[in-house]
Amino acid sequence: MEILAYLIPISLFLGGLGLGAFFWALRTRQFDDPEGDKHRILSEEWDDHPRP
Amino acid sequence: MDGALSSRPSACPACSAAPSAEQLAAAQAPKDARLFLSLPTIHCAACIAAVERALNATPCVHEARVNLTLKRVAVEADPEVTAEDLIAVLAGIGYEAHELDPSVIAATATDRAGRDILMRIAVSGFAMANVMILSVAVWSGASDATRDMFHWISAMIALPAIGFAAQPFFRSALAVLKHGRLNMDVPISLAILLAASMSLYETAQSGQHAYFDAALSLTFFLLAGRYLDHRTRAIARSAAEELAALEVPRALRRRADGTEETVPIAQIAVGNTVLVKPGARVPVDGVVAEGQSEIDRSLLTGETLPAFAGPGMALSAGEVNLTGPLAVTVTAAGEDSSLHRMADLVAVAESARNRYTSLADRAARVYAPGVHLLALAAFIAWLWISGGDVRLALNIAVAVLIITCPCALGLAVPAVTTAASGRLFKRGMLIKDGTALERLAEVDTVVFDKTGTLTMGTPELTNLADHPRRTLEIAAALAGASNHPLARALAAAAQGAGIRPASVTELQEVPGHGVQARLAGETVQFGRAAWVGAETGTQTAAWLRIGQGAPVAFTFSDSPRPGAEEAVARLHAQGLAIKLVSGDAPSPVADLAARLGIDDWTAEALPEDKAAQVAALADQGHRVLMVGDGLNDTAALAAAHVSISPASALDAARVASDIVLLGNDMAPLGEVVDTARRATRRIHENFSISALYNLIAVPIALVGLATPLAAALAMSASSITVSLNALRLR
Repeated sequence: MEILAYLIPISLFLGGLGLGAFFWALRTRQFDDPEGDKHRILSEEWDDHPRP
Repeated sequence: MDGALSSRPSACPACSAAPSAEQLAAAQAPKDARLFLSLPTIHCAACIAAVERALNATPCVHEARVNLTLKRVAVEADPEVTAEDLIAVLAGIGYEAHELDPSVIAATATDRAGRDILMRIAVSGFAMANVMILSVAVWSGASDATRDMFHWISAMIALPAIGFAAQPFFRSALAVLKHGRLNMDVPISLAILLAASMSLYETAQSGQHAYFDAALSLTFFLLAGRYLDHRTRAIARSAAEELAALEVPRALRRRADGTEETVPIAQIAVGNTVLVKPGARVPVDGVVAEGQSEIDRSLLTGETLPAFAGPGMALSAGEVNLTGPLAVTVTAAGEDSSLHRMADLVAVAESARNRYTSLADRAARVYAPGVHLLALAAFIAWLWISGGDVRLALNIAVAVLIITCPCALGLAVPAVTTAASGRLFKRGMLIKDGTALERLAEVDTVVFDKTGTLTMGTPELTNLADHPRRTLEIAAALAGASNHPLARALAAAAQGAGIRPASVTELQEVPGHGVQARLAGETVQFGRAAWVGAETGTQTAAWLRIGQGAPVAFTFSDSPRPGAEEAVARLHAQGLAIKLVSGDAPSPVADLAARLGIDDWTAEALPEDKAAQVAALADQGHRVLMVGDGLNDTAALAAAHVSISPASALDAARVASDIVLLGNDMAPLGEVVDTARRATRRIHENFSISALYNLIAVPIALVGLATPLAAALAMSASSITVSLNALRLR
């Protein structure tokens, strides 16, 4: 059962990573315009390099 | 457009001179303008790209970003850039744009409260999932040291998570407890806190049962309910604010030197001279100083017949100038104007309506004390049975609290309102108030306003066939020269009948009277009865006089709103009494009533009469749904049990109503009462479902057989059932 000593922290860390990613997305307003983002991927603008 | 608007440069020469100058200008600019435009027609990737490209290519614009969800674009630009310039740019590439008042929409731009709840949902969901995994090990038989370790890890995850995620419940519970009342958040907070602290104690004592997972899933499900509730409100609020933001409060003021400037209405003072162009709304109360025109007062009084306006006549804010430019000396502005006084009236009536207690609150009032008493009774009973075993008695009391905790009850109302509001929103109805659906379900009488509500407020020619072709050709030629609603209606009707306007010379509009021209050496006139020498009748009419001949009348009626007939018929079929109360003259009201099949109508009602009628109906025990759009309806809208206004209504009327009809079509109104009744039925069903779960689970908890597994199962099962039941509404 020693494996639990690794598995539990690892699972918590991975879950925490997901939580952190969600926090980042919320804070940087990734959910402000879901409708627009859905359509923007179809646009060819900024395909070669990110928007400056 | 002349004067201030066009005299302003549409692009600043300094900026386009050189890129370095542009950067310099940006750096030195006192404060960049942040403009918002509403773009009702955008819908795809190409639209986004086209709009952004066009705006970004405009000189002095720093950045433009389209938000397709809200159908608006935010533009950062130099202060001298005005919304008119940008609207012209967008019109050039074929997009309709309207300016939005940034101060009104600022609140919705950042949905702080929504993000806050989402953050808490994420934390509680993360913690719940992890603790659940550990709990499964305990439920499937982990014992002794393993179980204790799992419980300790659970505690380490759960306690901080609860401390963060459940704060909204604690805060709300504290707030009502301070006022000596109870709401649903009190048993929720108590259950969460007791479950957490009891579990911590049990863990320290290496006990068998810990309820960390229950405390967390309770938090998670209830937060989800709260978020649904918030979303529904936020969507309604932002749409309502967008409607309000479309009316940017500005006026054209004449400076001392005779030039014109555009200023916010707040800066207008008594004694100023304000210019009102044809087609514009009068922004303040005042007296006409110069000019002649006709005034449409339908939003204020419900009259469809435009009134003549000349020097010395008093105008009220909200009236629409039809034909000629007017200069108005301000007699009352801002807080003192008649618009504002009416808004105050609404505020008084609204506070009366706020006394309505929602179903959820009523349920909480019965439920919260019941649950607490039950838990207390269990504690005392087990204390007595076990001969003083405090730990056992407390354990059972906490189990009772957790199991009865209104998880399903917390979702019962928001899940249904979300589904119902979503359904109505898709059909073009915007629910502004949380309890509007519940109140709507109780309605038994519908009172309609006429002008602008059941009718479009735009006239329609009724006697086209009575005139010879030649007369129509001349009338069409004259009518085409004016922007007056009657002239426009005649021109449209003539065009529809395939009549080509006769060729006339010296065509000129005489503001306030009509249009005149020369035709084969004779003067032809088209306008008001008095001007062409005819008798003024009761019907809305415009007159044509050729030379010295007798004037001929073109009669008009207000065209009914599309879907009005269907809506009235459907409301009738649902057993509701329908009344028509209008400020207009008897004959047009009678006409429309007959056309729509309404037997009970009143004409020439003053605003006070309307409110009094609604109040009288309420006194007789009726629940009234008021549908109206004008300033003369606002008091009645606010006094009614529940109220609806069309999107074209005056701002004050929309504020006073609970539901806004977004499209031009009236037909969705037919099903709104039905949907509300079904929604309320679902809410009651949901209450019954959660009661049923309690009926089964509580005895088990009371005899001390409840385990954390049973609590988790009961909680999730009831929450999911309740949500699914709500989804049946869609």
